[in-house]
Amino acid sequence: MAATERPSYRLVGQRIPYVEGPLKVTGRAEYTDDIRRPGMLVARLLRSPWPHARLRSIDTSVARALPGVFAVLTGEKYPTPFGVLPITHDETAIAVGKARYNGDIIAAVAAKDEVTAEAALALIHVEVDPLPEYSDPRMGLSRVEEPIHARSLNGTNIQKEVVQHFGDVDAAFAQAAESIRVRGTFAGVTHAFTEPLATIAEATPDGRLTVWSATQVPHYLHRSLSEVLGIPMHRIRVIKPEVGGGFGGKSDPLPHEIVCAALSIETGRPVKLLVDREDVFYTNHGRHPTQNDVRIAVDAHGRILAYDIEALIDGGAWSSFGTVTTYYNGVLSMGPYRVPNFRYKGRRVYTNRPPSGAMRAHGGTNIRYSVELALDMLAEKLRIDPFDLRVRNALPPNSTTINEFRITSTSFLKCLAAAREKSGWDSKFGHLPYGKGIGLGCGFYISGSNSPIHFTPKMPQSTVHLKVDMDGGIAVHSMQADIGQGSNTLLAVIVAEVLGVDLERVHVQRVDTDVSPVDLGSYSSRVTFMMGNAARAAAEQLRTPLLVAAGELLGQPVESLEVAHERIQVRGEPGTGVSFMDALHKAMEQVGALTASGSYNTTPKGGTFKGARAGTAPAYSFAAYVATVDVDVETGEYHVEKIWAAFDCGRALNRLAVEGQIEGSIHMGLGQVMGESMNYRGARLFNASLLEYKIPTPEQMPEVEILLVGDDDPEGPFGAKEAGEGPLIATLPAVGNALYDAIGVRFTELPITPDRVLRGLDLRKKEGRPWKGS
Amino acid sequence: MSSPDLLRFQLNGHPVETPCEASRILLDLLREDLLLTGTKRGCDLGTCGCCTVLLDGRPTLSCLSLARLAEGHEVTTIEGLSPPQGLSPVQQAFVQHGATQCGFCTPGFVVTATALLRENPRPTHDEVVRAISGNLCRCTGYTKIIEAIEAVARGEA
Repeated sequence: MAATERPSYRLVGQRIPYVEGPLKVTGRAEYTDDIRRPGMLVARLLRSPWPHARLRSIDTSVARALPGVFAVLTGEKYPTPFGVLPITHDETAIAVGKARYNGDIIAAVAAKDEVTAEAALALIHVEVDPLPEYSDPRMGLSRVEEPIHARSLNGTNIQKEVVQHFGDVDAAFAQAAESIRVRGTFAGVTHAFTEPLATIAEATPDGRLTVWSATQVPHYLHRSLSEVLGIPMHRIRVIKPEVGGGFGGKSDPLPHEIVCAALSIETGRPVKLLVDREDVFYTNHGRHPTQNDVRIAVDAHGRILAYDIEALIDGGAWSSFGTVTTYYNGVLSMGPYRVPNFRYKGRRVYTNRPPSGAMRAHGGTNIRYSVELALDMLAEKLRIDPFDLRVRNALPPNSTTINEFRITSTSFLKCLAAAREKSGWDSKFGHLPYGKGIGLGCGFYISGSNSPIHFTPKMPQSTVHLKVDMDGGIAVHSMQADIGQGSNTLLAVIVAEVLGVDLERVHVQRVDTDVSPVDLGSYSSRVTFMMGNAARAAAEQLRTPLLVAAGELLGQPVESLEVAHERIQVRGEPGTGVSFMDALHKAMEQVGALTASGSYNTTPKGGTFKGARAGTAPAYSFAAYVATVDVDVETGEYHVEKIWAAFDCGRALNRLAVEGQIEGSIHMGLGQVMGESMNYRGARLFNASLLEYKIPTPEQMPEVEILLVGDDDPEGPFGAKEAGEGPLIATLPAVGNALYDAIGVRFTELPITPDRVLRGLDLRKKEGRPWKGS
Repeated sequence: MSSPDLLRFQLNGHPVETPCEASRILLDLLREDLLLTGTKRGCDLGTCGCCTVLLDGRPTLSCLSLARLAEGHEVTTIEGLSPPQGLSPVQQAFVQHGATQCGFCTPGFVVTATALLRENPRPTHDEVVRAISGNLCRCTGYTKIIEAIEAVARGEA
């Protein structure tokens, strides 16, 4: 088959600076805390100091009597349960009956100022009966004295159990040439976005409620506010100002957002609720503390015969996205490889710790680390190069996995080839001096979830509206949520590309549920693929009347016309054409301002077995990363020197943004592998600050060489797939495998801190296993 | 509570006279009293650098500074570094190089970078890295922030 020429575009694929950049560099971008409303009150939350306690009584009378206090709320007033997944509504805005973790909201105050609100909190008298504390998921696997939630499985604390078996795993292991087992332990990590959580709510006398909030998913917040407050959605308006990072931590509807709205309803005044940094840590919803047990069987050539995996996941106090997490820890373990037999048992267990939820590369990160370590160990046993082993197992394009994922485009082999060549792998692996190492890690992630949450699947996942009036400016409305990843810029680029106009003509409007059509927001790496397709469809629809008008002006058939830069012209005769503005004004003669609506929805995918839809996606990203490390064997400290990041996101629509996503993902992945950890004493978090929870500083960042090798995806907009989450995953195993090459120690417990490095070295020496002569 | 004393200082090149309690934090004075919201509140603990302002030209964490420290001194915020039209060279470079993502840390980085380049117009790579090591960014991995600052130092912005 002859290779088809890959089309090129005027804007798509270039390096386009973010459209809101000038506002951000001058401090003029407006975040929730920058907004002030007349007569605005300040809200503060009383959080439970107990990990698990029955609330016997809450006396708010003294607090209410304090001058300057406008309202004190406790849980009974709004007891309707909510949660991000419709099947696991187990949260309430304020605790009802009992507190489930140290940090649970048990009362809220609205007062004239911060000092008064704080003083009022101190006057709330709470009496409790302490309950047994479950600080470890293993404590909740069998029946417990006091289940954290009534809905858990058979009197245990198990929130979700997933059991899947495809093929015949035992038979595959019986005929295997080699097999390996890795038991990984992963500390919880959190998003650490720089903008703390913040909400403003304003209930008005017309019976409406406006909420400004730092959210990644305005639509889910909109729904949850309606459900809990009992107000129809059309009387609630959610506005998303600029959002200072999310990474999954602002994707659940969060209780403080509902509490803030409730306080505004109670007082009839605007209310601002800022969640301070310490309470951001307690709110958490970060990556789950996880233990996994991975067994992999291969034949003599290193071809994978079977995976047998178990995962035990610490959910914390609520379900959040946990049902999805439990599936993902299994089903995302396979790609980018072909796995003919697969067995998985995953359990997510409630504990009395801050809730875990979705964090960048949700569900695909911890399991990937263990799998990639296991593959390197098998390669070593079989004396096969780690790259060769992965090449032999690569999922082919246009194939179906054992659990019925549809794979369309994959450039995984290109990723492997590019990373191998550019890193100089063949001359380095196994040849670097003691203390220096090179390692490979690969990645695979969904490009959007095929199954929308909270929504009838027959409605589009994304809709984009366009309006252009006589001024020639194009207003774009969509509920997609730019949280810094550049989706506003991408919207503008796609619209300008299709219409042939300058980028400056396109004005992406702030998300406002009164005017923005529904898009499910920024999570599951869905935005580029879904919003991008919707934007393209909308722009193509807007283009049609412009072409018709130009045809009338030129006396030419529409089919003979093409869009060029700021004009419409006859194909092959660039001299015969009209300007964009002339075509626009002609087109407006009958109808006035032009409007268009484009949408995107996924088509049904996956098998018919229970849980079959989990992990299905319209496309998948692929990655192969190589890392080099330099270990100080005296102190256990190490530096990641360089990462070659070969990534398949299909076509990169904005190279600047794709690079930014990869560099930022590597930063976050390095944090998890090198040092980030939510530290607990029992159920109590004790490093709830950015001083004690250390994200990597500039000195710790390695050089990053980005290798974008993806072929166009057949269904992605202009051939694009996701680049927001997948780029994180391969970072961790690349570092882990490089450490093994450097010092001969396999680290199965994350983070790999210097003390663990030293312990690993000691153990290796005690076992009498010299490495590179040391 | 006694009536607060007046605080007098230069703010972004203009004299300011404002009531100020002795315990008032500079960040609160700027954001809440003077409505200069470009300076961001990220941690209230001096760890993230989002609240960085210049005190007599030196990068200072306004969340850890009593406002009274400014008495008789000069405070420059991100608003004071932004020309009435257009962008400063540092700001221009941050935009061009994609050094902003969510943008919440950006004012602090711009303030820190501007101070560095005023003091040391041709910093080495290591000097750039050291200068910004008190500012946290969770989006960019710092890569494009460093590129932007180095581009200004090379006179490319």
